[in-house]
Parts: sequence; C-alpha cells; structure tokens
Amino acid sequence: MSVPAHPPAAGYDSAGFPLPSAPVPESEAVRLEMLKAYPPKTRKKREKQLLANDPATPPEIGANTRTIPGIITQRGCTYAGCRGVVIGPIHDILHITHGPVGCSYYSWLTRRNLARPKPGQPVNYLQYCMTTDMMEEEVIFGGEKKLAAAIREAHAIFKPKAIAVYSTCPVGLIGDDIHSVCRKAKEELGINVFGFSCEGYKGVSQSAGHHIANNGVFKHMVGLLDEPDPQPFRINVLGEYNIGGDAWEIDALLQKCGIHVTATLSGDISYEQICKCHTADLNVVMCHRSINYMAEMMETKFGVPWIKVNFIGAEQTAKSLRKIGQFFGDQRLTDRIEEVIAQEMAALRPVQADVRSRLQGKTAAMFVGGSRAHHYQHLFKDVGMLTVAAGYEFAHRDDYEGRAVLPKIKVDADSRNIEELDVEADPQRYNPRKTPEQIAALQAGGFNFKDYDGMMAEMKKSSLVIDDISHHEMEKLIELYKPDIIGSGIKDKFVIEKFGVPCKQLHSYDQGGPYAAFTGAANFYREIDRMINSKVWQLVTPSWKKPADPALALGRGIDSPANQAVRAVVSGLAKAWKPRQAAAAAPES
Amino acid sequence: MLNGTTAEIVERKALRINPAKTCQPIGAMYAALGIHGCMPHSHGSQGCCSYHRSHLTRHFKEPVMATTSSFTEGASVFGGMANLTQALRNIFSIYSPEIVAVHTTCLSEVIGDDIPTIVRKAQEEGSIPEGKIVIHANTPSFVGSHVYGFSNMVMAMVNYLSEKTGTTRNQVNIIPGFVEPADMREIKRLAAALGADIVMFPDTSNVLDGPLTGQYKMYPEGGATVAQIRSAGDSIATIALGHFAAHVGAATLESKCNVPAAFLELPIGIGATDRFIDTLRNYAGVQVPAAVELERGRLVDLMSDLHQYFHGRRVAVSGDPDQVIALTQLLLELEMKPVYAITGSPGNQFEKRMHELLDGPVPNARIKQTADLFELHQWIKREPVDLLIANTYGKHIARVENLPFVRFGFPILDRTSHRFNPTVGYVGAMNLINQMLNALLDKKDRECAEEWFELVQ
Repeated sequence: MSVPAHPPAAGYDSAGFPLPSAPVPESEAVRLEMLKAYPPKTRKKREKQLLANDPATPPEIGANTRTIPGIITQRGCTYAGCRGVVIGPIHDILHITHGPVGCSYYSWLTRRNLARPKPGQPVNYLQYCMTTDMMEEEVIFGGEKKLAAAIREAHAIFKPKAIAVYSTCPVGLIGDDIHSVCRKAKEELGINVFGFSCEGYKGVSQSAGHHIANNGVFKHMVGLLDEPDPQPFRINVLGEYNIGGDAWEIDALLQKCGIHVTATLSGDISYEQICKCHTADLNVVMCHRSINYMAEMMETKFGVPWIKVNFIGAEQTAKSLRKIGQFFGDQRLTDRIEEVIAQEMAALRPVQADVRSRLQGKTAAMFVGGSRAHHYQHLFKDVGMLTVAAGYEFAHRDDYEGRAVLPKIKVDADSRNIEELDVEADPQRYNPRKTPEQIAALQAGGFNFKDYDGMMAEMKKSSLVIDDISHHEMEKLIELYKPDIIGSGIKDKFVIEKFGVPCKQLHSYDQGGPYAAFTGAANFYREIDRMINSKVWQLVTPSWKKPADPALALGRGIDSPANQAVRAVVSGLAKAWKPRQAAAAAPES
Repeated sequence: MLNGTTAEIVERKALRINPAKTCQPIGAMYAALGIHGCMPHSHGSQGCCSYHRSHLTRHFKEPVMATTSSFTEGASVFGGMANLTQALRNIFSIYSPEIVAVHTTCLSEVIGDDIPTIVRKAQEEGSIPEGKIVIHANTPSFVGSHVYGFSNMVMAMVNYLSEKTGTTRNQVNIIPGFVEPADMREIKRLAAALGADIVMFPDTSNVLDGPLTGQYKMYPEGGATVAQIRSAGDSIATIALGHFAAHVGAATLESKCNVPAAFLELPIGIGATDRFIDTLRNYAGVQVPAAVELERGRLVDLMSDLHQYFHGRRVAVSGDPDQVIALTQLLLELEMKPVYAITGSPGNQFEKRMHELLDGPVPNARIKQTADLFELHQWIKREPVDLLIANTYGKHIARVENLPFVRFGFPILDRTSHRFNPTVGYVGAMNLINQMLNALLDKKDRECAEEWFELVQ
C-alpha cells in the first residue's frame, strides 16, 4: 500500500478506510466458526474460498471452482450468464431458447437491462420470450426440426435483422446440432442467425456463459459493419448492462465531456451498434469478469486497446474519466473533463457530506457478481462506511487477486470445456490505435493498459473475503459481524431482512438506480441512508417485548399522564351532553 | 412495446412466444415448501434451482430455501449419483431438515437418474441420518407445466408418507391445489369456522408469508407436518380442489389408503365455494354456522350492488387451468362475458370443462389449452375486450391495448394483494370483485369526458 501524502481525514484510517464505530470481529475467528459446521470434504473445499485479506500480497483464493452440491449457493448456470447477461440486452434481434419452457421463462424480463427505442430504431423485442418449448417427443426424437421451424416462424412474424439461439441442458445431451440449424436458416432466410451452446451444466457458474457469449458475439456480430461514427473520441463501454439506467448515466457524463460511446456491451444496445463497435478508438471495461474476453479479442483482431475503468463511486468515476482523457491526450478534452468533474463534484459533495453525517462508521458486506462486490465498496467508502466482508458469486482469481496472477491460474477440466477462440489480427482492418512510442510514453506517465488489480488490493487488511458464499456462511456472517447493510441478490434479500438487516439487491438494484457516475452516486448515498435509517427496523419489536422505557410507560395505562390529559379534555364534553328528547318527554309537573 | 405483435395470425407449430406456463420443477419446489421442516432439493444444474428460488422469491417476497445437485458436465455424462449423495450428506449435516423433497429436472430426466436407488444407497452408507426422510418426484420439464410439478410432488407426499393404520380419524384431508398461502389460510379459516377437523397438504401459509421478527427461521412454523401427511391415510375423506393440481394426489390417496375423494374445483366464486362448504360439512358432519352464511350474504349483496358495472363486460383470462376454470364461474355469476380464456398448460380437461361452462352463455368464446400470451394478444387486437385478467406477464398487453388489468394467479411480480388477500372462498370473491371494479372504474375516471366524470358510482 502506498503511504498517503496527507494525514487521514476525520473518520478514516491512514490507508484511507473508514473507521468502524463498533469493533469488528477478527476475521480468522469468524472464518473458523463458519467452517465448523461442514463435513470434512466440504470444509476442505470451502477453506480455500474463505480468506482473511492482505491487500499487499493477496492470498490465493479457490475461485471459479465447482460449487459443492447441497450447500445452498447463490450461483446460477451457464445459460443464465450467456442469454441472460451478455446477449439478452440486444433489443432489436430475436432471442430463441431451444429447450423446455422454463429457461426462457425465467430469463424473460427478470434482469433489468433497460432499453429505450431510439429514432430510426423503433423496435424493441425485449418484452418477448421465445422458446421451442421442447416436449418429450423432441427429447426422444431430436429437436432440430422444431428449432428450424421455430426460426422460420419467428422470421415470418417479426422479420428481424438477426436471430440468436440458445441451447439448454437437454439439448446438449440429446445432441441437437443447433449451429448447423442456424447456418441453414441463415442461408434460407438471408438474415444473420447464430447459436450459443450454453447448456446450463457447462462450467461451474454463470461465468462460463459469459465466455461463450463473448465468443459468439465476437464471431457472429462484431466487425460486420465498417462504418465508424462521425464523432471524435469514440469508445465502447464494455461490461456495462444498463441495470437501472447505469449506462445512460455513464453515457450522459461522457457526452458532457465530449467523449462518444459507439456501443455499450451490453446495455441498451442495438444490433448495428454491436456490429460496428470495432471501429471505436478505445474499449473501457467496467465488469472485468464478464467481458475481458471480448476486450482481448478486439485488441488482437482490430487493434482496439482496452483499459479498466470504474464509474461506481465519485472518486473512481473522476479517476476513470481522467484515464480516458489521458489516453486521447487532447488538451481540450482534458480541460473539459476537469471542468465536468469540478462541476459534478461541487454538486455531489453536499449530498455526500449530509449522508455521511448519518452513516459514518457503519459497516457493509457484499456478496454479488463478478465486479460489483468490489466497485460498490467505493460508494460505501464515500459515505464513511467500511466493507468488512465481501466476495463474488462467480468471479475468477484475477478478479480477486489482480491480473498479475493470470499466468499462475491452473486451467481445470471445467474451464477447458469452454472454447478459447483462436483470434488473429485482421489482415485489412487491424489498426493499432497508438504507436509503440505513444504507448511507451503513456506507460512512462503511469498509464496502464489491461490493468486490473482486483478486489483484494483495495480492501482493508484482515477483512473477510468469501467466494461463492453459502447460506450457512451468510447466516454466520450476520450473527458475528452484524453489518448495517448487506449487498446481495434476490435469493438472499428476504433472508437477510428477516434478521432485521437491510439488504440492497446489487443485481437488480431493488428496482432503483441508476447508481453509476456522479448523479448515480448521489442516488446510492440517499438510498443507503434511507435503508439503514428506515424506521421500519425499529418497529420489529412490539413495546410489550421491550424493556420498560419510562418515556413509553407514560403513555400507557389508565392513570398515565397522557391518558389523564385526554380524560381532562373529553370528560367535560361527555358531561355537557344533555339528552334533549328525554328532557322533552319529561312530565311537565 | 410488443412492437412485433399484429392482428395477423401466422400459424405456429414450433415457436412459443410469451408462454403462459413454466416448467414442472418450480411447482414441485413450491409444493415441497408446504411440508413443515422440509428442504426442497433440485436434482440438476444449479441454474434451475437458482431460477426457481429467484422466481418464487419475486412472487412471495419471502425467503425460499432449496438446495441443488449442482451438475457439471461430468455429472451430465456419468449420472448424478455422486452429486445427490454428497448433497444429501451436506444438507442433513449443515441444515438439519426433517425431510428432503427431491425433484428432478430435464437434465437428470434425460440422463435417467434413478432417484430411489440413489437415495437407498445414500441411506445404506449413512448419508441420511436415522429418522430423517427423503422423498422424490419425477418432474421432467418437457412434460406438462409447473402445475403438473406441483401435482407430482403432492402425489409423492401421499406415496411416500401417507399410511392407513386401520383406525379412522375424524378428519378430512384437503389438497388445496397450486394456490397462495393466503388462500390456504382462508381454507383453514373456513374449515375452523365450520368446526371441521382438517389436514391440509401442502400448506404454505406461515411458510411463505412469514412475519418480520428480527429472527430468521430456516424452517418456519407453517407447513403440513410429516405426521399430519402420514395420518391423511386414516382420514374420513379427501377434498381435492382442482383437476390439474390436486385431483391426482387425492386419487392416489384413494387407491393407496382407500380414503374416498371428492374431486372439486377451486372454491372461487359463490357456486364453487358453496360446493366446497357443502362437501366439507357433509364429510365432517358439522353445520354451517351463521357467521359463514353472513359472509356469503355479504358477497351476494356486493354482487347485486355492483351488477351494473360487470354485466355484459367482455373479459380475457389467462392463467393456470384450475384457476381459469374456477374464475370463469365467478365471472359468469357476475354475468360477465369471458370471451377469451387460455392456459399455457396442456391437458384436455381444460377445454372440455370450459366448453361446458361457456358454450351456453358465451357461445363464441375462444378457449385454448397449450396457448400463449402472444396469441391471446392477437385475439384481443382482432376484437377487443373490456378487461384483462392474467398474471403479471399480462401487463404489457394491458398497457399497449389500454385495458383495465387485474393480476391473478402465478406469478405476480409487481403487486402485493396476493400476499394477503385470498381469492378463494366468499371473502376471496369479494377481493376479486373489488379489484375488477377498481380496474374498470379507474379507467373510466381517467378517460371519460369531463361531463361524465361523476362523484358517485
């Protein structure tokens, strides 16, 4: 860790981490407590995925390995990572799932990859769920015919530009060749039709699906349209899915600076944008896990360099903008970026300070995704909250330990099953965006291409890192750390909240957002403030189960002062009432 | 939105668009959650379990616990025995359920894993602690629908657990069908009001509608206990509510334990609720108390008060077959016109029963099983309706066609009424009528000319 030049700010330690207001338990003790319940074989496996952090020399974590059956995992499958995450957001092509109905049904509008139809691109097919709805007959006799017919029917009804087909588990087992069906359909219909062999059982998590999706998008779409956008400073934002409108927020910020986004992969994106994204000058990568393959392949084939950025958190957003500015090396752009940062930070600081006054010293834990458990630590830090424990659902070692570890990662059988495309420089279109001299000059100035230091380097020493957290570990974590908030997903959300701990869904944002860039940061600070300080948590225990509170006791009971005060008001009214009718009926005598 | 949907109908034989059903395992998982102390287990890829838990959670906004065999490519080639055995060992040692209810997936069905054999072996090698139970249901995703998955798990409960001891118990079994915890709670309330002793299974009330207490319970208070399901074999009779989700379980109990079954429909609306109450009264040998008759009377009063708003209105209904069959009867009691009625689930009984109901009052009604929302939308485009009743997936059609919309059935992902308000029983009918009235009049109040915007309705 570098030694900070300035004394730490109030509420932060010398390494820049917020100081928690309550003592944080010792992570090694928590770890051992969590492991206690496991049978020996399970324990041996989980030991490698639960670690006490050391930011200076991140320990080796057993990430991207098989989930132990029966443990209650957050993880999903390869199909979910492929169809649901990376390709699903392309809104003007058709997505047909080949298999029984369920897989397409559950991936139907359940990820919040928002899209808005644009002028000239009026169609948005995201509300459609299409499947071959495979029945027993096709399982026995093969489903290729039905798939071919389904593609033809989809074409007849929708006349789309392209159709993507996804395999589910049984398709792989019965041996349907979806790729040959797609090739034939492509010839017959004259539109782009391509398949993804993303059967759920491949790989160990969604991550395998990301890789398969990257390969397919690269093979079948990227490079089909050699028409660069006319704007200067063209970039692609990779690994940004426009959950809750994040991509729109990033896009608006970049535009303000004079930077043009050719394509966001994959959030609010059209087929045409994907086809021409290789014409951009630079790829900036948000979620390293889900899209680093694409960044690498585009660099090899077309010469588009990539850098890691992070638009989650105020400081991180400013840093990312400056890095993009540095890449282009244009003084006017650099000046404009500084101007925008100054403006945005001036607007954001009061919100940050206000929220921090209520959240300083509180703690968070996050178990989500392949980048968010890292990125969101910055937003919590912005408002004085320390992340005491974190981990990813489906990341690899490099996302934890940094890309320096890449050469040391052993490729196991599960990863070997996923195709690595053999990519070469395009003979005509390969065009390195920077000369070797320019690259050397940039690097001399501290600029790094393809750099990602991972989560651990930016987490406090001895904080707890848990990969692929189990339900049991989550329960223990709540019991032992009592964090003020947990970031997780839909399956954990209501478990955590039954404990009386608020849970922010960091996949779907609980239908909130955007949280990216500066405006998004303000939204997130306010959201966390609302959640942690919500009065609802104080309503959990009824007054009769709370220790006698003298203030409360005053309001209770017949002779309490509050009751007596009301009696004084209403008893006069009650006495003043005279039964009129009774008076009239009284004998006159 | 829904830009590609036009009134022009192109015949489809292979492509399903916007399905009105999902796959068996989610129904089996839901049913298993209605056993007290049960861990549902999904034998397949971990994505299935993740999808089902996520979707049930989005519907109930409650913890939904289940485990998975986490198949990888190896298990898919060599079979899932090692995975299931290891899963059972882990589940019992880490999470200590009383019972594990295994359901299969399309993957394990295609492989052909023999669950009973695997479980027996696991038992022999000590992976299942003494006294703990494992049951299973085959729930291939490429057969039937989620409703069939529910039914198959109910059948597994009977096959594995229910026993006839020879001593008849003075209780009536109720198999409630694939309905909400609020509905199960309402059925229990009505039975208690009648003074009838019942055993209801599955029972997800107090499981999937739990309180926030600051304490998490992996196995909440609710659910039919194993002992109760066991005792179902000694009951006087079984009342099964719904052909698709409940009847097979009751028939299994009839043939296994000789408990006679009354095969009823879901008690939605006056007639169906009357039949349920009457049947329960007869079996349990009790009288219908005045309080229940008062409830019924209030419903009839409501229907008579509001008759003008419902009479003759054209309605499109999509949902699970038992729900659509039952709801159609309420709509007919209100003298509405259910002109389109679809279900995504296959099964001829749906069309047969719907024709019995509609051929008289709505002779041109379109009725279709194994249908989808895309087709229903096309019908609506060709000839519009006044009201759409469907699960949440109907909301896009409602928006595009500007239709009053009532959410009904499974899943409801964007509203909350289903979590507390039953749709079964007299009270349930009042809830439905209230929701339909709000939908119809809200549209009128929003859109009518100013001179027709009236204070009193």
